[in-house]
Amino acid sequence: MTDQAVEREVGRSRLRKEDARLITGQTNWTDNIQVAGLLHLAILRSPMAHARITRVDVSPALERPGVVAAFSGADLADGMGSLPCAWPVTEDIVLPDHPPVAVDEVRYAGDPVAVVVARDRYAAADALESIEVDYEPLPPVLDLEAALADDAPLVHSDKGTNRSYLWPLAAGESFDSVRERAEVTVKRRYHQQRLIPNAMEPRAVVVTPLAASGEYTVYSATQIPHILRIMLAMVTGVPEHKLRVIAPDVGGGFGSKLQVYGEEALALTVARKIGRPVKWTESRSEGYLATHHGRGMIQDIEVAATREGKLLGLKVDLIADMGAYLMLVTPGIPILGAFMYPAIYKMDAYEFNCTGVFTTRTPTDAYRGAGRPEATFAIERVMDELAAELGLDPVELRRRNWIRHEEFPFTSIAGLTYDSGNYEAATEKALALFGYDDLRAEQQKRNERGDAVRLGIGVSTYTEMCGLAPSRVLRDLRYGAGGWEAASIRMLPTGKVEVVTGTSPHGQGHVTCWSQIAADVLGVPFEDVEVVHGDTKAAPQGMDTYGSRSLVVGGEAVHRAAQKVVEKARKVAAHLLEASEQDLEFTNGVFSVKGSPEARRSIQEIAFETFSSHDLPDGMEPTINAETLVDPENFSYPHGTHLCAVEVDTETGRTRIRSYVCVDDVGRVVNPMIVEGQVHGGLAQGIAQALYEEAVYDAEGNLVSGTMADYLVPSAADLPDFVTDRTETPAANSLGVKGVGEAGTIASTPAVVNAVVDALRPLGVHDVRMPCTPERVWQAVRSAGSGKEASA
Amino acid sequence: MIPPAFDYVRPASVDEAVRALADAGEDAKVLAGGQSLLPLLRLRLAFPELVVDVGRIPELRGVRDEGDALVIGALTTHHDVMHDPLVRRHAGLLAAATETVADPAVRHRGTLGGSLAHADPAGDLPAVVLTLDAELVAVGPNGRRTIPAREFFVDYLQTVLAPDELLVEVRVPKADGWGFHYEKFHRVAQAWPIVGVAALVRRDNGHIAEARVGLSNMGSTPLRATAAEQALAGAGDPDAVARAAESAAEGTRPSQDPSGSPEYRAHLARVLTKRAVLTAAGMG
Repeated sequence: MTDQAVEREVGRSRLRKEDARLITGQTNWTDNIQVAGLLHLAILRSPMAHARITRVDVSPALERPGVVAAFSGADLADGMGSLPCAWPVTEDIVLPDHPPVAVDEVRYAGDPVAVVVARDRYAAADALESIEVDYEPLPPVLDLEAALADDAPLVHSDKGTNRSYLWPLAAGESFDSVRERAEVTVKRRYHQQRLIPNAMEPRAVVVTPLAASGEYTVYSATQIPHILRIMLAMVTGVPEHKLRVIAPDVGGGFGSKLQVYGEEALALTVARKIGRPVKWTESRSEGYLATHHGRGMIQDIEVAATREGKLLGLKVDLIADMGAYLMLVTPGIPILGAFMYPAIYKMDAYEFNCTGVFTTRTPTDAYRGAGRPEATFAIERVMDELAAELGLDPVELRRRNWIRHEEFPFTSIAGLTYDSGNYEAATEKALALFGYDDLRAEQQKRNERGDAVRLGIGVSTYTEMCGLAPSRVLRDLRYGAGGWEAASIRMLPTGKVEVVTGTSPHGQGHVTCWSQIAADVLGVPFEDVEVVHGDTKAAPQGMDTYGSRSLVVGGEAVHRAAQKVVEKARKVAAHLLEASEQDLEFTNGVFSVKGSPEARRSIQEIAFETFSSHDLPDGMEPTINAETLVDPENFSYPHGTHLCAVEVDTETGRTRIRSYVCVDDVGRVVNPMIVEGQVHGGLAQGIAQALYEEAVYDAEGNLVSGTMADYLVPSAADLPDFVTDRTETPAANSLGVKGVGEAGTIASTPAVVNAVVDALRPLGVHDVRMPCTPERVWQAVRSAGSGKEASA
Repeated sequence: MIPPAFDYVRPASVDEAVRALADAGEDAKVLAGGQSLLPLLRLRLAFPELVVDVGRIPELRGVRDEGDALVIGALTTHHDVMHDPLVRRHAGLLAAATETVADPAVRHRGTLGGSLAHADPAGDLPAVVLTLDAELVAVGPNGRRTIPAREFFVDYLQTVLAPDELLVEVRVPKADGWGFHYEKFHRVAQAWPIVGVAALVRRDNGHIAEARVGLSNMGSTPLRATAAEQALAGAGDPDAVARAAESAAEGTRPSQDPSGSPEYRAHLARVLTKRAVLTAAGMG
């Protein structure tokens, strides 16, 4: 008798276990949580970008019906410390205090000033309007370069400067020396506009106190329940072991919920102060002011090359907008990018400097890709400019400079060791799917005819670093914690399996993927696996979910924990089957004795035998459960080639994406459907930066794009069909996986903008600032036509 | 966002609604499909004491044929307007423009009358009824009156409707035989137009005998591009249309906002007028 072959789970497009309850509404988002006696918080926010607070009177709010309490920043200052920054990137970084509720000064429009606690949201919102605040206006600080001038008004006057830090990196020869011998140099300035993350679920937090024991449960729509628990303990003084943090089903984050927010500390502090459960949920427009923003950078980038197109060196100078305060990893975001500017290219010199600058705007922090999209954009844009300067096809220029597949593992000039990849293969596949040569021919015809609607082709050959992160590297980068991940596997008596993960999914599908991984190793049915996450009591150890780390580090931990379970079960099986461990085979969840296949026990049977523990090997503990903490040895490096064809209407300035092809190499794929979804969503977000989204401020520092009517998030109706494909070079981890959460976002923005510029280059345009709105494109065409500087 | 507190009534008839409005004076707002008023309430940009919900007055819904004109109840939803066979046959411009309004969810709730009474110059439909030379029928304490679309829109979000008047019907003259097109330029599918151009063209022997051009979002009210209309009369080929369209922005005062400068909007008005008329005239 032979085992029925079980279909392997890893590699299958399994429908997601999560979806049934999510799409039928049978789940609890944080805002749905109801507890007896729940009160509602509402927050009064500064209407000004920068002002001194001279008076706050919350007493009129207390007169309003339904109001239970009201507090100014000063009222709460004793109960809360400064909000944390876990990544002070330099020794001498300027790191200002960040009170969750402003006390003396507001530093961005939306900075909290006072808080009302009431019986319902309506009463709380109405009462806010009665709070009296006197502001003495201070000058806003909005321009990144002007902010660095000696006489600039200061965001934090006690610090004496708006410069938070200067972070340098230099590798290889000096850039000046390679510039000397270079035959061609190209220098460009690019602007990364500010972006506002738009998770479907706004932020929300519920805190329930248990006064008798001083325990608090914090429910939060967060990506990082474990980190939040530690940080809330530090900020509020509630001892860590008295805090339980639960991230229920969370509706998206994109980095915006990789944060320790003032509202979370505030809800905990208020619940503690009044001894009642409280809830706070932001509205979308409140979130636009108070949820951290992404990007916001000026990039000066210069490449030096030979006439044949061989890159010699790269120099990058960034000015990065920190916003008003340094939040959890604000200063580190551009530094994550520092290692990615050299991308897939070989060169002799690399210089990088980043200056972090305070402004009177909402703080910035991680947003899908976090530093890496910015880097990829700048290098991929400037490669196109260099190709144009040299009269080379942009794909050919890349070919002449990229790391060839036989050169892996390859240590980049920035010091990263790329373990695997095949840029040639991904590019060839993408070119074929795209019909590159035919499109180039059509483009040429249109240009010759002088068509009003031009065709442009954009290429982006990206790589990124995922799997954050080796803890020793984090130490070297002055990040405040490690980068390991935890998993444990519990075999239940009936043979069912609980996987406990330290990752905290908020849309990624970990429950499905971890089930697939565990099912394969344990040889149990996919349906027999449940995944427990997002509750510090149920899954006490973890580093949470961000930076395309979960599969690479957390999935790896699940994989190794499952292998440990098998090894423990093997001992029990050997004992029960009266065989030596070496004589056992383990196939499709069943141990059998080599040569006598009738002697067999399934791992699910062994789970019960272990539970009953009637007949275990001498000295063996009655458990085959296992746990693992994995600290990765290296990052992982997805890569790929994205090609975009746009039609640009030179009369109206409208850009229409005609076709989009991407070939991504994300290593081995656990669930192709989920990968496809991640790529589609990533492309949408990257295209959104290229063409649609921008946080716009007026001269006083007010957010003009304050609602979804003005901040344009594209929908399916605005996006083209995507042609997606993959190549697969396994990563050097046991699953061979690289991560896919950010690839689409990182790759697509430069592909689209390169296409727009490519369409207009014959008209004399060499850049269009993002987002490439119709008006900016029209202005660029017009300026180029009149011989003026062609950038809008 | 949480709207400020207000009182709420839901009259069952037009008369009841008008009485409620008259009793409330200046402080009442009419709620129809809620697609404009509710966002204003939630953003606390409107503070009515009373909201009069006319959404359950059946006589305000539907389309009927009155010979030379169609009569469309003010409460008829965008979805119903664009699928109505009478509208599609006799007022194709209205059906075509309505198809571009926002998204399906909004079109199932939002109403023609609500969109006109809200009088947002960036709305699609005000310029369309202006182009169709429609008439708007209002009922107040002193009875009914009929207002030509040309006189209805006064300023940004302002109409000639008195606080105690309710828009009940839109009378659209049949435009049988006229070519039409609504050219909407917007950045994302569900957005308002940066500029929209409604074109209605009567042809005679391959020439444009008469053209009407309405502009969305080119000023504080919807506008007719009268200079372009005059210049288009007699145009017989695309070049002539293009030349005539050059005057499309004359007399307009478009606003400045993140979607476009006045200069860009004026440029768009010219380009889009050319395209809309060419399509409407079958020359495109």
